Amino acid sequence: MSISRRQFFKIAGATAVIGLGGISAIEILQPGQFEAAQLSRNPKALIGKRWGMVVDMKKFDEETMKKSINACHRIHNVPDFGNPKDEIKWIWPETFGHAFPGQESKYMSEEIEHLPFLVLCNQCNNPPCVRVCPTKATFKRADGIVMMDMHRCIGCRFCMAACPYGARSFNWRDPRPFIKEENKEYPTRMKGVVEKCTMCYERLAVGLMPACVEESKGALIFGDLDDPNSEIRKVLQAHYTIRRKSELGTEPSVYYII
Amino acid sequence: MYDGWKVIIGIIIFLGIATFPILYDLGKAAPPPPEPKIDTPEIQKMAEKKCVEPKSFMKTEHMVLLDNWRDWYVREGRSIYVAGDGKEYNISLCNTCMKCHSNKKEFCDKCHNYAAVKPYCWDCHIEPKEGGQT
Repeated sequence: MSISRRQFFKIAGATAVIGLGGISAIEILQPGQFEAAQLSRNPKALIGKRWGMVVDMKKFDEETMKKSINACHRIHNVPDFGNPKDEIKWIWPETFGHAFPGQESKYMSEEIEHLPFLVLCNQCNNPPCVRVCPTKATFKRADGIVMMDMHRCIGCRFCMAACPYGARSFNWRDPRPFIKEENKEYPTRMKGVVEKCTMCYERLAVGLMPACVEESKGALIFGDLDDPNSEIRKVLQAHYTIRRKSELGTEPSVYYII
Repeated sequence: MYDGWKVIIGIIIFLGIATFPILYDLGKAAPPPPEPKIDTPEIQKMAEKKCVEPKSFMKTEHMVLLDNWRDWYVREGRSIYVAGDGKEYNISLCNTCMKCHSNKKEFCDKCHNYAAVKPYCWDCHIEPKEGGQT
């Protein structure tokens, strides 16, 4: 049996159309079991359009800062490897020169120069880490939080290269043995993924403030930047604030009162 | 055919090795499917022992449910699942599923080992301590 070129194309084309049409017909006629699944939110959940934070350095002392950092790291099972090479950090103290490079000067106040500034992920409105992530493991939520989906992270570390704030840490080693006391309610990470501050999305979902804010005795103000009546907006109205490397166009959501 | 007998012996040996696993198990009964245990203190306390969805559904679709749960919670920020019977559940592996099924070894592992599947949940999620409550 011979078949002409023309006949072959006809049959191939018809098969493709029937095949593809058949698949989509099955999908349309038989939707998945979860298509109609009902979901809802905790009625107590804090809902915002763009979460942000103000760090009031006038109100911070070193003791409070340590408490805030420890609260965060304890709740989120952040390991302590005891060496700076493997260090994992979500929120940490930084000198003025490192936090705001280019803004320091030879004659600036020594007190400010040596003050530890509390830095964390800036939850940028235009996050460069999200742009480079090849698997969408890091993405921006509708409420402005730059989220990490650990299930998808492949550990390529593009996001770490893209983040101008060094807010991301890579798990070079299995973190489990280095967690002092495990919080059973929150997962740990595994070797080979990148982690960072997620603005306590899991606490916001049940109506709690971020852990660092709770421990900060009012030195950290958390709220919705998009809501003109929020406390954070009133603080931003009343004070002169600066942001870290805002000239890069990342639109950070963390503001500093010096 | 050159060296015909060598080729034929070769084919026989190959067929012998290739079919060995099938012939070896021929006539033997398959190992009985495992029965995951649900006798944890949390479940004993329940008046009506039921999971998020009916047992038959959970048996075949729990992996799909969990996969959806993680996307809904992590990626979409929706934290409460309304089950088929209208009851609401917090979407959480460790704080919802494992609160009742605190016997991971007798519940999860039993079938997963039998079916030779290795889910990587516990690389990150902290498994409940055996015997005690979480």
